[in-house]
Amino acid sequence: MEELRSRGVEATLPIVIVGHVDHGKSTLIGRLLYDTDSLPTDIMEEIEKSLKESDNPSEFAYITDHLEEERMEKMTIDTAQSFFKTDKRHYAIIDTPGHREFIKNMITGTSQAEAAILIVSALEGIEEQTKRHAYILGMLGIKQVILAINKMDLVNYSQNRFEELKCKLLSFLHSLEIKPNHAIPISARLGYNIAKAGGNMGWYNGPTIFEALDQLETKEDPVLKPLRFPIQDTYISDQKKILVGRVLSGKVQMGDEVVILPSKAKTRIESIEVYQNTKDVAEAGDSIGIVLQDDLAPKRGEVICHPQYSPEIKTRINANIFWMSYDPLQAKDQLTIRCATAEEHCHIERIEQRIDSSTLEIIENHSNILRETDVGKVTISIDRPMVLEDFNEIEGLGRFVLTRSGEICAGGIINSPISLYSECH
Amino acid sequence: MERLDELESKSIYIIREAYYHFKDIGMLWSIGKDSTALLWLCRKAFFGRIPFPIIHIDTGYKFPQIYSFRDKYSSEWELNLKIGRNEDAILEGICPHNNDKLKCCSELKTNALKKLIDKEGYMAILLGIRRDEHGIRAKERYFSPRDSQFAWDYKNQPPELWDQYKSESEDSTHIRVHPLLDWNELDIWNYIEREDIPFIELYRALDGKRYRSIGCQTCCEPIDSDAKDINSIIAELQATKTQERAGRTQDKEEAYMMQKLRALGYM
Repeated sequence: MEELRSRGVEATLPIVIVGHVDHGKSTLIGRLLYDTDSLPTDIMEEIEKSLKESDNPSEFAYITDHLEEERMEKMTIDTAQSFFKTDKRHYAIIDTPGHREFIKNMITGTSQAEAAILIVSALEGIEEQTKRHAYILGMLGIKQVILAINKMDLVNYSQNRFEELKCKLLSFLHSLEIKPNHAIPISARLGYNIAKAGGNMGWYNGPTIFEALDQLETKEDPVLKPLRFPIQDTYISDQKKILVGRVLSGKVQMGDEVVILPSKAKTRIESIEVYQNTKDVAEAGDSIGIVLQDDLAPKRGEVICHPQYSPEIKTRINANIFWMSYDPLQAKDQLTIRCATAEEHCHIERIEQRIDSSTLEIIENHSNILRETDVGKVTISIDRPMVLEDFNEIEGLGRFVLTRSGEICAGGIINSPISLYSECH
Repeated sequence: MERLDELESKSIYIIREAYYHFKDIGMLWSIGKDSTALLWLCRKAFFGRIPFPIIHIDTGYKFPQIYSFRDKYSSEWELNLKIGRNEDAILEGICPHNNDKLKCCSELKTNALKKLIDKEGYMAILLGIRRDEHGIRAKERYFSPRDSQFAWDYKNQPPELWDQYKSESEDSTHIRVHPLLDWNELDIWNYIEREDIPFIELYRALDGKRYRSIGCQTCCEPIDSDAKDINSIIAELQATKTQERAGRTQDKEEAYMMQKLRALGYM
């Protein structure tokens, strides 16, 4: 019997479940946990006890709604994570709120995922947050999507209704360059087509949710990309100047010739330091310390690369940004751009297009404002040079956040995979 | 990358981010397995010499083994140890024997920390909480602001994406930093085993009982177990279906007690 606590040492695939409020996200998660026998006995007791006290009927959704208010209001407010395992691998499921007002929580959750289940109610159909969440999946570069058409029990398991919704959704997702891996008719409440087939859906012969999940692929290994080591800080230990940080991509080896950008200083790697030890080589994901051969003083935010594969440095970029602060962006706002460990002042030079993230319609060309949940196709002018790359080349240097007065208010992608000139409107 | 390496590497990154952005930070050490693992990660992050104080919130009702373990390793690892006690509340007679556990926890733990933060002016506090411990903790951010009353505004948390964290705290607030959020109980034990990290004896079975989660002596119940060494502890956890904190009174008194404690600033 496999369950929650037996997750061993192998990697976990983080998946996010998104969709409009009330289309069944939390119910699906409850069902996934239940069907994989991932619930500890005392969680069930805790839930039953709480339910008794609050006098609500028992539903799977309560398993993931941990806050008193969430159970009372029957909706998810913030991102939560839970875990399950199939025969093939371990999963972390990220539950996100479907309400428009909690969009920044939804983005926080989604940014940690490698794949998504987009859930749509067969009864209610495509709604505002269905589209906005789909857009955010595209913007955050999540390419693997499973479409779950839920509540099939409430539409008499109608194949026509399924096909109609599937067709509409595929055409919308196509405009976001998302090709779903599968579209699956389900009833999360009754457990049909989750772990096993069921209901009156003999017409469907595709995979269940679990089969579709097990077919997902894990992320491309960043070790195969060119070396990028963003400097996090400088420590002095035993009179050595150690540049600490985490290797973002590629590999670094003792003796390597390197260039530090944007200052363009060249030197070699004297040693790679970890606590009480040194290493000959470190690769993407490793938190290490680097001692350089020459006595240079590179700053936090600079990036150590191999000279033959070094990126351009930039003071001006074109990007798609997603505004998530309640206070709108005004064209003259003083902002800070943060990418990996670098941080510089910047401003929006121009907003070429202001786009509604739920319809993808252009609200305005050459705008001077972005409101909450708007997407802007913008040009950003940065006060000093930074290492910034195409998102499809080096993910970690192709995505950034903008802050205003210390608050993160936008996420952005350079050369976003989404074409904003979609055929959708 | 192997799971433990990935977890270790990300935690070290977060610890170093917290130190870079806030400098005036402290780490809460309950002497339990999680915060001892966090302490170990801090030692690794700073090549053996942690540049900030390690805080022990002492209710006066901890197990004797906790005090001896604390004193032994704080001297061996050359820690700058700060002890926080809410002496006023202790004098007022607030204690676990008076039937109000919520009040006891919030006075002797939360308010003891509050007083220490006021006195020392910490901008950020590192804590070894994990998402899988308790439902409410599944909602935490890596960097989570608390206001001057320590309240956690979980409805309106700042966005956190792509390793970009909230890096400024306003006056009269502090940031809770959670480097172990992605770890689970089994990861902690696997890591303790791999790194040979010392842990207190209470986790080992004695006369058929051991502690799985440790707090105050008055409010912890041991579980039935024959796990005397780390490998049998790991084997036991792989097979169990009971929650880790099942022996902790503060989680059980009433529905949502943990949520109420968290909203009041409990660790």
